[in-house]
Amino acid sequence: MSVSAESGVSHDLRHAGLEWDSACRELGIEPNGPINIGWHCTDRICAGGRGAVTALIWEDFHGHERRYTYDDLRVLSNTFAAYLREAGVAHGDRVCLFMDRVPELYIGFLAILKLGAIAQPLFSAFGEESLWTRLDDAGTAFVVTQKKHAGKLRRIRAQLPALRRLAIVDARPAELHPGELALALDELPRVERFDAYPTTAESPSVLHYTSGTTGKPKGALHVHGSLVGQYWTARWALDLRPSDRYWCNADPGWVTGTSYGIIGPWACGVTQLVLDSGFNAERWYGFLSKHKATVWYSAPTAIRLLMREGAELARRHDLRSLRHLASVGEPLNAEAVVWSREVLGRPFHDTYWQTETGCIVVTNFPGMPVKPGSMGKPFPGITATVLDPSTYEPLAEPGKAGLLALRPGWPSMLRAYWRNPEAYEKKFRNGWFVCGDRASIDSDGYFWFVGRDDDVINTGGHLVGPFEIESALLENPAVAESAAVAKPDPINMEVVKVFVVLKPGFGPDSDLELDIMNHLRKRLSPLAMPQEIEFVASLPKTRSGKIVRRVLRAKEWGEPVGDLSTLMDD
Amino acid sequence: MDELKRTILNYVVQEYIEEGDDREVGESTPLISGGIVDSFSMVSLKRFVERKYGIQIPDAEATPAAFDTVDGIAKLVRRYTG
Repeated sequence: MSVSAESGVSHDLRHAGLEWDSACRELGIEPNGPINIGWHCTDRICAGGRGAVTALIWEDFHGHERRYTYDDLRVLSNTFAAYLREAGVAHGDRVCLFMDRVPELYIGFLAILKLGAIAQPLFSAFGEESLWTRLDDAGTAFVVTQKKHAGKLRRIRAQLPALRRLAIVDARPAELHPGELALALDELPRVERFDAYPTTAESPSVLHYTSGTTGKPKGALHVHGSLVGQYWTARWALDLRPSDRYWCNADPGWVTGTSYGIIGPWACGVTQLVLDSGFNAERWYGFLSKHKATVWYSAPTAIRLLMREGAELARRHDLRSLRHLASVGEPLNAEAVVWSREVLGRPFHDTYWQTETGCIVVTNFPGMPVKPGSMGKPFPGITATVLDPSTYEPLAEPGKAGLLALRPGWPSMLRAYWRNPEAYEKKFRNGWFVCGDRASIDSDGYFWFVGRDDDVINTGGHLVGPFEIESALLENPAVAESAAVAKPDPINMEVVKVFVVLKPGFGPDSDLELDIMNHLRKRLSPLAMPQEIEFVASLPKTRSGKIVRRVLRAKEWGEPVGDLSTLMDD
Repeated sequence: MDELKRTILNYVVQEYIEEGDDREVGESTPLISGGIVDSFSMVSLKRFVERKYGIQIPDAEATPAAFDTVDGIAKLVRRYTG
């Protein structure tokens, strides 16, 4: 059965004709044949006669604009790849991109993949500890960064024995430190032809780090074959068509920013819009309006910030070009769906996925009736269910909450946690990939998010591990021990709150509070900085001495604390 | 520039600007929308002025728009210090 991407096609019709094999046919991928994401997103589009189409419209905060065609992307990613090869980067090396949303980040990502190396984008607001943990674990060989972020790398470089080189995209030679390289992309001789490394579906492509309840962050390793899932979901869940002007406001330091800020949309041949700026409602509406954006992929936190600024501001801008809105990162509350319907003229469509899934797995399709607050239905080709937490068998009863799980085998699924096979094994139970979230399914087959199944904090759509925060807090001489938990927040859904027990001789005061905040912000990231600190005499613990965060969390959320019989008496 | 603005500006430069970041920051430089202070870090900036000037700024008033410039923050501080 053939299907078309016309708007208004029903969910059932879409579902009926969609298979991963169809995506492979559209992408020209043969079974066991070569797949290189860098090549598919550039050279393939040009070979199809669309080299002159604008691939990227980039704008900074001041409104400076740069435009790149698909042919520019092709040649510049060739040039970047040749530069990396000349600098000693080889197939399989981990190459970190530690930059703001500048064009070199997007072009560099494609270049690394063309070279057959593994792209490791990291959020540019990460502090030294977060950065070191991820670069050390990955054994990263090469980092590309900007002058403004180089200081953090220089301070930890001596503790990174695998790191061979640091290249800075905006530094003059006189500003470089020993062992650093300048990477002025605009000044390099253009490389018209570069033979992409013959990667296949199972060749490693991207390494994204994600936080868990315990231990260090884990590197979710993806492969070039993930392109199939990212392309197909970009086309059908985000409804991207080659004529679209599409804005994904996620940072490529996180998986949304690569799966749907680089790979999916460019594989679809769309014009991408990128705004390298912090949040400002007026600026955001102006950006959408100026560039006549047609599809916008945003996040609940951003939508709630826009809601707070009022409907009048939105109505002052011409946003009629928008034809599809989607959201990811955390559950989209019903109020936000209703608001966007009223103010923007169409609802935001919630999509659910995570770093490990690589692509959208549960979604509200265009053309499908949106139940405000629901995650939607599984994407065709994805088998999703909720499991009984004790038996790991699917729950048959509609509305009953269980563990959200997926049948393994979709193209974009992670293939490993970097050097951590035990953690990878633990993700699978009874033949299911267990996402770590709790959900229910209603009698119409819609999925509803209930909450995390662990202590990880989802703040503004980003996962923060309590262990990292508690470990970093121990560096403060006043802190004896601490517990980091999620606290409800009207904008970010959850924010970090820490409970701190001080060492004898130290008392709680506002200086210490600010010191702790700034310490965590600089060592880890602004996301990990507690928005509230409570000094306490002791923490709830099991009789074996393990801190029980769930008790603290439950109090923050006004929920029952559950069984306390295993806790120590004090 | 008055003392209040200078104190806030110095704190912003000291705490939020990385070594090697050669952006010029003045009293009207956009901090949040300009990507110098993100919305999460805004809380630590709020704590700083509250502690420094012995005031409490209600969360409803501590918006990204109100904290977007040193000028704006100083205005807010003045309102609560009388």
